[in-house]
Amino acid sequence: MSEIVISTADLRKEFTVSTRVGLLRRARRTVPAVAGVDLTVARGEMLGYIGPNGAGKSTTLKMLTGVLTPSSGEVTVCGFRPVAQRTRLARQIGVVFGQRSQLWWDLPLAESFRLLRYIYRVPAADHAARLAECRRLLDLDAFLDTPVRQLSLGQRMRGEITAALLHSPEVLFLDEPTIGLDVVSKQAVRAFLADLGSRGDTTLVLTTHDLADIEKLCRRLVVIDHGRVVHDGTLPELHARYDSRRRVVVDLDTPWAGRTGVPGAVVEAVEADGHRVTFGLSGGTAGELVAALARDGALRDVAVLEPDIEDVVARLYAEPAGDDRVASR
Amino acid sequence: MADLLWRRATTPTGRPGALAGYRQLLAAQVRSQLQYRASFAMDLVGNLLLTLMDVAAVVVLFRVTPVLGGFTLPEVLLISGLANLSFSLCDLAVGNIDTMRQYIRTGRFDAVLTRPLSALLQLVCGDLALRRLGRVTQAVVVLVIALNLAHVRWTPARAVLLVVAPSFGAVLFGSVFVAGSTVSFWFIESGEFSNAFTYGGRDFTAYPITVYAGWFRKAFAYGLGFAFVAYYPALAILDKPDPLGGPRLLSWSSPVVALAAAGVAAFIWRIGIRHYRSTGS
Repeated sequence: MSEIVISTADLRKEFTVSTRVGLLRRARRTVPAVAGVDLTVARGEMLGYIGPNGAGKSTTLKMLTGVLTPSSGEVTVCGFRPVAQRTRLARQIGVVFGQRSQLWWDLPLAESFRLLRYIYRVPAADHAARLAECRRLLDLDAFLDTPVRQLSLGQRMRGEITAALLHSPEVLFLDEPTIGLDVVSKQAVRAFLADLGSRGDTTLVLTTHDLADIEKLCRRLVVIDHGRVVHDGTLPELHARYDSRRRVVVDLDTPWAGRTGVPGAVVEAVEADGHRVTFGLSGGTAGELVAALARDGALRDVAVLEPDIEDVVARLYAEPAGDDRVASR
Repeated sequence: MADLLWRRATTPTGRPGALAGYRQLLAAQVRSQLQYRASFAMDLVGNLLLTLMDVAAVVVLFRVTPVLGGFTLPEVLLISGLANLSFSLCDLAVGNIDTMRQYIRTGRFDAVLTRPLSALLQLVCGDLALRRLGRVTQAVVVLVIALNLAHVRWTPARAVLLVVAPSFGAVLFGSVFVAGSTVSFWFIESGEFSNAFTYGGRDFTAYPITVYAGWFRKAFAYGLGFAFVAYYPALAILDKPDPLGGPRLLSWSSPVVALAAAGVAAFIWRIGIRHYRSTGS
């Protein structure tokens, strides 16, 4: 196995929450946010860290980046202990938190980039070269001189990603990098990150709820729930394990007569008096199904729905807790 | 061309120095403040008026009594001047550490912690409030007037003390500001609590400590070290024996006291930062 850049052992974080009971009394209880995560990530991996809201994704990321001090457990990133060696680690990692900015609100974007060169102590030539590359790939030129507060979310996110990469980090952490972006910006961000990851030099760790992000960007998925890893593997493995299917929705001119259709597809729903039918694909392809339907009658419209990661994840959580919940890679 | 971006930095030339980051943060802060010129000018004037009020309070007191705690008006003005200069220098540098509560509440502190610089110095450099320059100027003016009224007999040692005292007084106030703001790592709404020690400390130091009594004097003057900001240095500058009978050496103790306080504040800060909880998502 190649060089390990992230490793955690039984990583835990508990928060003490105090709630008011009565006039002055407060009840304190301990809530585990991350409850024993073991994770090993090698250089160049593209890791999706997914799970429902409150599962502990962000808390884990914050412990990996030195923002939060773990309650217990071991964590090493790029050879450093994140909190104790925070500033040294900071030079080796890039961080993009989707919902909060790393940029200077009142200054033009270009000015933020210039500042970061001094903060990360990047040699002028390297900085210029990386910035030029990001400007080209992320199309930044149109708004380089605009104060950050006036940027659209999509523009700002492209700026954030550039800001996180100017010091050429070994690991790039992204917390929901595409949240709230329009389609075009999402695609631009995704394509850029996919390109970055494919070079194999930079390790990407991202949390997301977006299936397309996961498909395009994550070769490996770690699913976390209630602070624990419940799945660690590839997306196809995840789908195979939880029997998630692509779906084909067809609109028919004549009502669905209940014919058996093609092998590898099952009828999941019949709506609109039989004019709309939803098939779940389990083995067959959408093309085969559509061809078979077209032979039988007039096909008005076809839509192919990708399996919804949220569905898969929801099914994961529905599984009873047990030893088999922790899948091996 | 594309490969340039991903190559690790190897060129030693053109690499910024270790302090360049802080310097640039400061400069950026100044530039963004100057973007709002009108509000900047108003704050400058407003701050000036505030300090005038402080001086007016001292003068008004002396309309009722010729002597306050064994000190005449010029003497008290000197103490107030030293106290205000210390405080305003500190306020200029770290007064905005109050904004830490916003950083913590909004989670912006996350970004501070992911940069390869000291978190505390980032906050200090990122929040330097130039508008508070007005208070420094005002304090200097009051000090100069007081020194003239008090007929100080100058010696080299006293001149040195006039520089040393406000400098380390500012360090002491700064330590109290930092230690106080650390409370917000545990309790986000802790502003009023730490204000009791920061702004309370400023008001305490503006008068001779002889006007206070009992545990209150002990706690603020010696426990928190506020007596060393203005009171003891003023005694030496005025060549006046301590009515409380303290040794003369106390007049020169502010650097030791201030550095000890800074050490304690740094320690508390380090504990606090480990209790940072960030915010959701």
